[in-house]
Amino acid sequence: MNRRKKSKIILVIIVAFVLLIMISGSMITDEMLAPDFSQKNQLPSLKHFFGTDWLGRDMFLRTIKGLQNSIIIGSIASLISSIIALIVGGLAGTMPKWVDHIVRIVIDLVMGIPHLILIILISVLAGRGVRGLLIGIALTHWTSLARIVRSEVLQVRNDHYVLVSRRFGKSNFYIFKEHMIPIVLPQYIIGLVLTFPHAILHEASVTFLGFGLSPEAPAIGIILSESMKYLVNGVWHLAFFPGLSLVLLVLLINKLGENLSLLLNPYLARE
Amino acid sequence: MKRPLLEINNLSVGFRMNGSKQKQSWAVNDLSIRAYPGEILTIVGASGSGKSVLASAILGLLPGNAISSGEIIYDGKNVDKELLNKLRGEEITFIPQSISSLDPLVKVGKQVRNFASDDETIKKQRKIFKEYGLNRSVEKTYPFQLSGGMARRVLISTTVMKNPRLIIADEPTPGLDIQSAKKTMDYFKNYAKKDKAIILITHDIDLAIHYSDKLAIFYGGQIVEITKAKYFHQGIQYLKHPYTRALYRSLPTNGFKPIPGSQPIPDKDDQGCIFRDRCECKVQICDSSVNTQKFEDEMVRCNVDFTSEKYRLPV
Amino acid sequence: MNITHYIIKNFMKMILLIVLVSVVTFTLAVNSPIDPIRQYIGTGTVTDDQRDSIEEYWGLNDTKAERFVKWSTNLLHGDFGDSIIFRKGVLSVISEKAGSSLFLMLSTFTLTGILGYIIGLFMGRFRDSIGDRILKSICITFSATPTFWVGMLMLIIFSVKLGIFPIGFSMPIGVRADEVNIFDKIYHTILPALTLTLVFIPNIALHTRSKVIEVLESDYVLFAKARGESQKSIMKNHVIKNTVLPAITIQFGSFSEIFGGSVLAENVFSYPGLGTTIVTAGLGGDIPLLLGITIIISIFVFIGNFIADLLHLFINPMIREEEI
Repeated sequence: MNRRKKSKIILVIIVAFVLLIMISGSMITDEMLAPDFSQKNQLPSLKHFFGTDWLGRDMFLRTIKGLQNSIIIGSIASLISSIIALIVGGLAGTMPKWVDHIVRIVIDLVMGIPHLILIILISVLAGRGVRGLLIGIALTHWTSLARIVRSEVLQVRNDHYVLVSRRFGKSNFYIFKEHMIPIVLPQYIIGLVLTFPHAILHEASVTFLGFGLSPEAPAIGIILSESMKYLVNGVWHLAFFPGLSLVLLVLLINKLGENLSLLLNPYLARE
Repeated sequence: MKRPLLEINNLSVGFRMNGSKQKQSWAVNDLSIRAYPGEILTIVGASGSGKSVLASAILGLLPGNAISSGEIIYDGKNVDKELLNKLRGEEITFIPQSISSLDPLVKVGKQVRNFASDDETIKKQRKIFKEYGLNRSVEKTYPFQLSGGMARRVLISTTVMKNPRLIIADEPTPGLDIQSAKKTMDYFKNYAKKDKAIILITHDIDLAIHYSDKLAIFYGGQIVEITKAKYFHQGIQYLKHPYTRALYRSLPTNGFKPIPGSQPIPDKDDQGCIFRDRCECKVQICDSSVNTQKFEDEMVRCNVDFTSEKYRLPV
Repeated sequence: MNITHYIIKNFMKMILLIVLVSVVTFTLAVNSPIDPIRQYIGTGTVTDDQRDSIEEYWGLNDTKAERFVKWSTNLLHGDFGDSIIFRKGVLSVISEKAGSSLFLMLSTFTLTGILGYIIGLFMGRFRDSIGDRILKSICITFSATPTFWVGMLMLIIFSVKLGIFPIGFSMPIGVRADEVNIFDKIYHTILPALTLTLVFIPNIALHTRSKVIEVLESDYVLFAKARGESQKSIMKNHVIKNTVLPAITIQFGSFSEIFGGSVLAENVFSYPGLGTTIVTAGLGGDIPLLLGITIIISIFVFIGNFIADLLHLFINPMIREEEI
């Protein structure tokens, strides 16, 4: 089968899968997540795919809901990040040299502080909770994408048709919009898709540590941090399955990014 | 007649593209040549037409995505991986085109000695460097510090360190001044006299006709004619293949006349003559088949009948 | 570019970054909508003396600029303020906790570096073999796995099911701190270090792998083979020589990631180091401590990046030779 065709099919499957999680997540009512003390701490079975927790809540449903939350937060944060990246990278590439210098220093700065620590810092200072978390993640993930945008823009900037445009007196903004965006867009989209899994992982990590969503909302991080208490007593299924689902989701999205990159950028087809 | 040291029969080399099993491109298509001891055989063809692939094929160093068919016979034996491993660097040596064939992080002397550190090897290396006018300090330099001429001499000395029976040299003289080029070619000539076989690969026709014994004309992945170098000095009527004649006419001393068009990409499924689209002698049959004619130690792949009276037989 | 010129330029960049980190974190702190300092003072758990000294340190009644000047001067003197939770100097809290963290990081750094390089060598050399493909999948999988979950798996497997390793902390419970010997420390560090190693080996292994492949496909390795060099000689004299420095450079450049990972690992194993401290500080709103740790860790990262940049320099013999 043609490689391109294969990539497109994989793409569709993964997107469908993610949508499936989103849709089923919304269909899960509070009732379905309610405690049922008669079913405490059960191992996985046909009735409860991932088993139940100490309150008798179905772990599978909680996990789906948690994944849905992660996807939502991850998407919003990635989107904001990517917009920041686009602006910053675009500025660096089109404005005079000194702007580029400043941008490079800022990127080095933000990349230097370990993501996790910075996210904790920002989310604490922004007032904890979901909002703080979102701001924290958004403000840390724009750097690599900004670098990509910047280098693409710089490359295009010196190409002939841009120089001609400039001769005609077109403004920097016009050049950015009409010439650069079409070239930069493919890399940008791929970068965006690849930022997404990082955002999700960081969201889970920070929530796990206690800085994100409230303990009631089912987020993967919360589910896992709560399961820690039971871990030491040998109850392992509470941690194993939700975590595994998260890993699968991240792997799938990475695969999505890979295939997208194959489709949009044929030079990378070889390894 | 002498026995050839190296015999290549119907060699085809192609490459799989981008990990897919279907797409392939061919660099060499049904190529046959013979290298005899005491002779310099030069493979002449346009730059980048796949001649270097031939060198890799002979040495058994084709990359992983290469597919090849045909046979290579050395000293009467069919070569296989094991045999080549023993021959490489000892009986068969290779002189590459450029300095990029030397490890940029390793001192030149070490590489020429193949990392051997015994006194005998070191003495030999120093003697050879001296012979080629390379200062003692050169052995401690890095490749990037060498000038074009020095680099060439260093590459040649890797072969001189050994005593090969067959030397394959890929573009031995580009970028060299006349003196150095002459010196290099003289070395080959002298070496060949000791009953060794040398295969040169070059696009420099002028060089080829002045220093070789035989020329193999490479076109479209094939050898279209194997002829004697001296014919180029005796006159165009001794050259057979239309492409060879076109090469003759293209030389500055002979009018510098090019022919229109460019080399086609080899296609394994095409049974017709590879040169037919640019040939002045083309006839109907050239589209579907081509005749391989052998005369003693010459060869030509053409449908024109060279046995008729129109051609003077070589002396 | 001249070698000294390059070193100085990068050094200045490092200093600039360290300065900027302080500026940015400070600005974030004082512009935060919750103004944690005031909050803390308002809770009434501080004595008047303490309140005065805190106000003095943070300059709550001065302008922002004045506050920054005051704060940075304090920083340069090593005064990072007092930790709200621990009720003593931030720097002293950090230096107490840093020991264990450093031990963990050092072991992780060395283990991932050495193992990661060897695995990368293997994968590159035996490219597309079954071993390579399996290792590649494992690497890709671990890159997608959150550090803390790997830690939890380790706990499940080794501590709970097999009972081999302790569940956490950095020393046996109930034993006095000065009676703990080095073996106990190592014993408690093994699982967190193992966790981090598993998570961070893929990065360096995959990078090394592609560099090894690049070398094996190069013109000079082709010529080396043509000269009859054995595979062993090629690996030793060409491959390793051309891939070791890049690998080390990457290691130094991944300080940032490893620090982040160790925060998670420490928390999963309740390992008392800077990682758990930072979480305690964050959850407890201990801004001075939080700022202090952020700045100190960032300094380490910037130093690491600086070393990585210098190594880049030494890889290229063209620049090295200019010294002669």
